[in-house]
Amino acid sequence: MGWSRKDLLTMRELDAAEILTLVDTAASLQEIAGRDIKKVPALRGKTVVNLFYENSTRTRTSFEIAGKWLSADVINFSASGSSASKGESFIDTAKNIAAMSPDVVVVRHSSAGAAEVLARTLPCSIVNAGDGAHEHPTQALLDLLTIREHKGHFEGLNVAIVGDISHSRVARSNIHAMRKLGMTVTVAGPPTLIPPFVQELGVKVSYRLEDAIRDVDVIMMLRLQQERMTGGLIPSLREYSRYWGLTLDRLRAHARPDVLIMHPGPVNRGVELSPEVADGPYSVILDQVAKGVAVRMGVLVLLSGHKGGVPA
Amino acid sequence: MSSRPPRLREKAQVLDDVALDRALTRIAHEILEKNGGAKELAFVGLRTRGVTLAQRLAAKITAIDGTSVPVGTLDITLYRDDLDMRGAPVIRGTDIPFSIKNKTVVLVDDVLYTGRTIRAALDALIDLGRPGMIQLAILVDRGHRELPIRPDFIGKNLPTSKRESVAVRLREHDGEDRVVIEEPEEA
Repeated sequence: MGWSRKDLLTMRELDAAEILTLVDTAASLQEIAGRDIKKVPALRGKTVVNLFYENSTRTRTSFEIAGKWLSADVINFSASGSSASKGESFIDTAKNIAAMSPDVVVVRHSSAGAAEVLARTLPCSIVNAGDGAHEHPTQALLDLLTIREHKGHFEGLNVAIVGDISHSRVARSNIHAMRKLGMTVTVAGPPTLIPPFVQELGVKVSYRLEDAIRDVDVIMMLRLQQERMTGGLIPSLREYSRYWGLTLDRLRAHARPDVLIMHPGPVNRGVELSPEVADGPYSVILDQVAKGVAVRMGVLVLLSGHKGGVPA
Repeated sequence: MSSRPPRLREKAQVLDDVALDRALTRIAHEILEKNGGAKELAFVGLRTRGVTLAQRLAAKITAIDGTSVPVGTLDITLYRDDLDMRGAPVIRGTDIPFSIKNKTVVLVDDVLYTGRTIRAALDALIDLGRPGMIQLAILVDRGHRELPIRPDFIGKNLPTSKRESVAVRLREHDGEDRVVIEEPEEA
């Protein structure tokens, strides 16, 4: 059935059936988190390398937990404290790691396309855990799983993605996936943070928070990515928060009572989300994190099936 | 990947709907007899048809004994020893909404063949807790065991050759209750 790829690189290249296979597989694996013994032997004897060139808490940890719950051996590599800091190139480091015969390499890098380069270079399976401002497919998958568990379906849902769209790989992966699953997506933010021609991805654009969040089923707030900003895009954090920060008052005044508030983390409290909203009843932010482990288990299991390149 | 499996044609009918129902009724009685009732009993069916058979056995035990026996679903995909020979696995999940600790768990599957599925099921089950006892109920035992596994309750012993296969068809999935032997068409 639904999965035959060696790698998971983007949501853009997947069709709706493949996306649903990933979400369904993750949904079935959720029960493992509730067991006394959180370990199944599916990936026994497989090696998963986390190759992280950018900081990460949630993604790296959840790939590590996912691999370990599946009985894989998980090795963490981060650029600081490695030969990358001695000047070794990305490709050379990757080839050296590949020489140690891992089965899956999970890669995060600040350059768009980094995962695809590895997929073309290395024989093992590659999972994109975020490449620059390009894509972050496992984040989109865990967002989708969270949405389906709360709303029961995808078709016809309205979603607002709010904030720094330009720098957001989370937004891009979600837009591609949500459009394929029949959802309506509105992106909203100050004009300097909305990429030109974003409508060509099939989304609506709004430049006012109050308009964007009206009548939607899901509000996905994005982090203001100060580390990727070269300056001058917003006048000040205070002004951004004043116009684009989601507060309880704004939520109550403009959004539906059954709206879901999502955030890929890490949250800048008091900037894009007020603490009462982040911790409030509409928020499913920690649920997203929990689902992240199931999603990454699902990805690892499905990709491991591909290792059978050897004839059965 | 492996080559496409050959098309199969029906060679013989082994059980019709009446015989299948009778076999399940007998198994239900045997389970009650062997365990001295249905207290502490739980059924765990193997996806997909084992679950349906487990539900039918539970209903029969309720009808005979008045006891309601919980039924769980086990997906053994993550425990297979041939995961990377089969292409991407299809995982539909385990759902056992009761504690199996100290229970007498009756594993239920439609066909017993090499025993490898049951080996995986035993591992999967024991990872969920420590049952007091595990027993095995099978609708059709077709022989050719590759592991030292033996069922406690058997609907029908059916000597087969390895090139044949046994298809258990159940109303809930296939629209009819029937067990047939199939063989490759070009034979």
